[in-house]
This record gives sequence, structure tokens and C-alpha cells, in this order.
Amino acid sequence: MTLDLLHLMPTDLFRILPEVVLTITGVLIMLVDASLPPHVDRRNLGWLAALGTVFALLASQAQLALLQLAERTGFYGTVETSTFSIFFHVLICGIVLVTLLIALDTLPENGHHKGEFFALITFGAVGMCLLTSAVELLVVFIALEISSIATYVLAGYRKENGRGPEAAIKYFLLGSFATGFFLYGIAMVFGATGSTVISEIATRVHTGGHPGLILLALGLMLVGILFKVSAAPFHIWTPDVYEGAPSPVVALMSTAPKAAAFALLIRILYGAFPALQPIWTPLLWLVAVLSMTVGNLAALRQHNVKRMLAYSSIAHAGYLIAAFAGAGNTGITAACFYTAAYASMNVGAFAVVTLISGYEDELPLIKDFRGVLYRTPVLGGALIFFLISLIGIPFTGGFFGKFFSFTTAMGGGAVWLVLIGLLNSGLAAAYYLRLIVSIAQKPEGESPVPPVAQPIGVAVSAALMLAIAATLVLGIAPGEVLKNAAEGAYELMPHSMQMVNSLVFF
Amino acid sequence: MTPLSAYLLVAALLFAVGLAGALTRRNAVLVLIGIEMMLNAANLNLIAFWRFGAHPEQLTGFLFAIFSIAVAAAEAAVGLALVIALWRHTRSVNLDEQTRMKG
Amino acid sequence: MTVPYSWQYLPLLMHICFAIGLGIFMLVASWFIGRRRFSKVKQQTYECGMMPQGDARGRFSVRFYMVAMLFILFDVEGVFMIPWAVIYKKLPSLGCSRLFGFWEIVVYLGFVAVGLFYIIRKGILKWSDDRADL
Repeated sequence: MTLDLLHLMPTDLFRILPEVVLTITGVLIMLVDASLPPHVDRRNLGWLAALGTVFALLASQAQLALLQLAERTGFYGTVETSTFSIFFHVLICGIVLVTLLIALDTLPENGHHKGEFFALITFGAVGMCLLTSAVELLVVFIALEISSIATYVLAGYRKENGRGPEAAIKYFLLGSFATGFFLYGIAMVFGATGSTVISEIATRVHTGGHPGLILLALGLMLVGILFKVSAAPFHIWTPDVYEGAPSPVVALMSTAPKAAAFALLIRILYGAFPALQPIWTPLLWLVAVLSMTVGNLAALRQHNVKRMLAYSSIAHAGYLIAAFAGAGNTGITAACFYTAAYASMNVGAFAVVTLISGYEDELPLIKDFRGVLYRTPVLGGALIFFLISLIGIPFTGGFFGKFFSFTTAMGGGAVWLVLIGLLNSGLAAAYYLRLIVSIAQKPEGESPVPPVAQPIGVAVSAALMLAIAATLVLGIAPGEVLKNAAEGAYELMPHSMQMVNSLVFF
Repeated sequence: MTPLSAYLLVAALLFAVGLAGALTRRNAVLVLIGIEMMLNAANLNLIAFWRFGAHPEQLTGFLFAIFSIAVAAAEAAVGLALVIALWRHTRSVNLDEQTRMKG
Repeated sequence: MTVPYSWQYLPLLMHICFAIGLGIFMLVASWFIGRRRFSKVKQQTYECGMMPQGDARGRFSVRFYMVAMLFILFDVEGVFMIPWAVIYKKLPSLGCSRLFGFWEIVVYLGFVAVGLFYIIRKGILKWSDDRADL
């Protein structure tokens, strides 16, 4: 950029307002945490973080005003405000808010690193939000790293338990390994096109040579992003990390960074490499099939609930990729909707698992969940509800997510993919049902293990209610969310709006 | 050999060495070193593409390299802290011995 | 006459050859000219005049790692100020404030300062306070 172009507008700051709010919140938490004497409980900092997240959510809503302007990007074309970015901002802020509410009631009393916990979640949220509005690869890279580094540390938050550091080191090493690939891919695409702005890359891919370099770049970048969304064959870290990380953190990292990474994947594929769609579509279909099958088959053999949900999240990444890989605009719409539905049910499921298994995972196994419905009907019922949604039974968000995903994949011409997907859904129902049956069984013997969290706290009840409400709304009246998703997809890729219209009759 | 391709070759070799180190080493710190080499190979590429590219007066590649160095430093700090946390529990940083979780 | 580009490195090559040659010459010359006497003290590891003790590969306290890592972090944070300083005069004005570039770096340094404050308050830089939990 030449220097005479350096003219910042006040609107530029408005374009990153949610990130600014979250950053200020995180810094405040750090300052207060460092100023308090060591023995004081840091629980109230969690409320501060939740408050900041609510403000960030409102700020993202307020950004709708920016859409009146003709200009879509700010900060010299590095950050974009569009319905697409706002959709994901709201989604991510919502997930972070629910996670904070879960953590408020389930983190142990007098955990002396609680301040760090809340600050890290807030900073991670900054990275995830920025990732969905970045349209320049340097900002993309920094945002990706902000969110990753925060989640690496959070994964190892239970330092006293040997599994925490083990999970964190596995996540960290494999994650930075993927980052290496991603950065090398960025360097290649910069060399081939001479630009790091996503829209400019798209035009130069069309015109300029270096096809080999561009293919290499695409492949390397895909490795990096597919790792973040834990799609097969880059999913190896998922079960171990989910098992070793504390459950509230898993609720966050199985949804929010994934949503952000999916937004990035869509943006890079449709924004920077639309010319190569004939190449990456079959590739992603393959990844989708592999993720679904590997995830579901492995989940069948699990005895640990968190590991089972980890493999199920790999399978869901597969359904999600199947949604957008071949179908352009409608596909992006379906993928955005699926992200929202998956996030609400998965966060909810992990919230309940936190309450039943306990913060230290005292009751981790499927057979430990036996009779939960009789001991605490609320928790048992909530978990069954989320599992039903994960299976994809009507009147839940999961049903419409899968429905849109498969219809768009069908529209994209991959009937075989839909068939495999349907088979996989049947397979998935088996292991979800196994857990449901365990929950609904009468407790045996006279000494059932009491549920750990009793009574259920105010914050975590609010979190559960939010998750249940979101899943129900997405399952009964998906129209509004679908409309927002479609607007975002249309803005990302302004072709073939009529295809979207065919979906929006719901 | 043009200067650009020489730089790219060195970067590719550096990346390959880092990749081999990250894949074959069993010591967590050495794996981390391998990963850092991969990141630095990408930095070298960025600098070379910037310097020999069409617009060296735009500082894109240079700035990218500075930022990625900073990010790599932050990553290394987190990584070494995690290695220490691991050491406290197992008295070992051998990745083959970290098998508390399986399935 | 056009000279190949790599010939520019000829003086450097000559310099390297001379430096290595001088080193070898001095070693060989002292081998031939000097007298050799060995004693226990002369065969010891040289350690700045102290009596050497312990193993050279001993472990260091993890505190050294913390300080080294913090040094690296603040070091790369300092790097960002160099491009800023170079183009400071040409930085734009935002709205009415001519000092926008200045306030930008103040905000940046503010974040760095918050980090430093956090480190100090958490007792990472206290060498005497030996808590196991960092």
C-alpha cells in the first residue's frame, strides 16, 4: 500500500468494534486479576467477561448500520463488514457467552487461575470474531493465531490433572504444525499472485500464470484450515484434546473456533479460489465422506462420553463440508445454518456433560450416566434433547441442519454423497441412542452415584436455557436465521440468488 | 539460477528439514524446533517473494514476516510453558510416553 | 569487460582464506617453537580463574526459561516500533488529530505495559520467591 492511501476513517474503528470491546474486556480482566490479592476468588471476573461479550454482541448488531455505506471494507481493505461477518460475530459471541455462563458455575472454588481463564476466553473470542471479518491474509493469520493460542492454553487449564498438559501439548504441537502449512501456503499464494487481499487473489488467479504454485498454495492452506475444523484426515487430535480439556472449554472449542474456521474456509474457497472450484469441490467431498465415516465408526466404539462427542463432532464437520463444497450460494447458506444449529446443540450437550460428569470428569463413562434421568430429570431430559438434535430428529435444529445440508449437496450433484451421509446418520443414531438408553435406564442397586453439581447454579441454568431455546427455535422456526444466513451467502457470492430463494420458503 | 529460485529452494529445504524433524523426533522440544523451522521457511519465502516480486515498494511481504515472527515467538512461549507443565507430571517430555488417553 | 556477479565475493573469500591460514599458522608455529609442560592445573577446564565444579550439562532453574521467554516476547514487541518510527512523519491524521500516529503507538505500548504489569504482579520476575507454581 502506498502512503498517500493512508486515510483512516472513523468508520474503520466501527468495523472492528466487537473486537475492540472484547479486547478492552480482556485487558480489564487481566488488570483486575493482577491487582487483586492472590487468595481472593475471581468468580466475578467471569461476570465481567460475560458483560463484555454481551456488549460485543450488541456491537455486532449495531454494525448492521454500516451496511448502509457503499464501502464494505475498512483498514485499507483488510476487514470487511457484511451480513456474513455479522452472522458469525453474533453466533460466536453467543457461544462465548454461554460458555462463560457454564464456566461461572462449574469452575472449582478458589481456582487461582480463574482470572486467566476468563481473560483467555475473551481474547480467544477476539481472534475468532476477527477471523470471520478478515479479508486479508495477514489479518486472517493473526486472527487465527490469537484464537488458537488462547485455546491451546485453555485446553491445558486443568494443570493438576495429568491429562490437561498432555491434551494441551498434543493440541499445541499438531496445531502449530498445521499453522506451519497454512503460513507456507500463504507465502506461496503471495508469490503467485503478488497480493494478500482475498478479492485481489481471486482476480489474479484468473488472469496470471503460476498454476502449480497456486495449487500448492491451495493445498497447504486447506491442510491448515481443515485441521482447525477437525475434518478427517486431520482429526487425530480431537478425541484426546476433548477428553483432557475441561468440559466448559470443550463446549467452546468444539464450536466457536470451528465456526470461525468454517467461515474462513468458505471465504478462502469462494473468495480467493472460485476459479479452482472444479478442483477443490471433489477434494472436499472426499474429505466430507471421510470425516463422516471415520467420525461415526470411531464414535461407535467409545465408552467415554466426551470422546464419543469428539468423534461425533468430526462427523458433523463432514456434514457441514458436504453442505457447501459443491453448491455455491445455497451451500454457503446451508453451511452457515448448520454451524448455528451444531453450535447450539453441541454447547448444550457439553454443558450438561459438565454438570453430570463434574469438572474433573469424575463420571466420564457412558455407563456412569445410567439413571441420570431418574436422579436429576432436568439434566437427563436436557441431554436427551440435545442428543436427539444431534441425531437430527425433526423439531430440533439438528434436523433442519442435516436437511439443508443434504438437499444442497443433492443440488450440487453429489447424490452418492447424500446416500453416504444418510447411511452415516443412521450409524450415528446408534451411538447417540446408546447414551440415551443409558440415561433413561433405571439406576441399578441402592447406591447410585450422585450427580456432581447439585444444586444447579443460576448461570449454568441460564446457559442451558439459552442453548435449548436456540436449538428449538432453529428446529421449529428456522426462517429468520436461514434468511440471515442466505443474505450473508448472497453478499459473499452475489450470483444465483434465485437458488437461495428456493430454500427460504421455510 | 535466478536469486528468487535460490531463495525458494533454500526455503523449501528448510521446510523439509523442519517437517522431518517435527515428524520423527520424540522429544517435545525438538518437535517444537522443527515446527519453528517450518514457520521460518515460510518467512523466508515471504521475504523472497516480496523482494523479487513486482512491487517491492509495497511492504506487504516484509510486514507479514515481522508479524509472523512475533506470532511464532508467542507460540514458542506457550509451547515451552506447556512442555514444562507436562514435565511436572510425567518427568518426561518424550511424546511416545504420553499415553494417558487412548481410544 | 563484464564481471560475473559472484566475483564481488572474491575479496570475502580471500579474507576467509587469510583468516583461516593465519590461525593454522599460529597454531603450527607455536607447536614447533614453544616448549610443552603439562601439569594437573594446566589440564583443567578453564573457567575464568575459578576452580571448576560440577557437570557442564547441569540443569538450570526453570526461572531462567521464564525470563528468557519474556525477553523474547518483549523483544519482538519492540520490533513493531521500528517500522512505525521510520514512517512516523508520514503517518496520516484521523479526523482532526494530527497526533494520530502518536496515539496509535501509545495504545500499542499500553497493551505491552499491561502485560508487564501482569507479569510483575504475578511474581514471575521475583527470583527469591520460589513458588512451584508459575
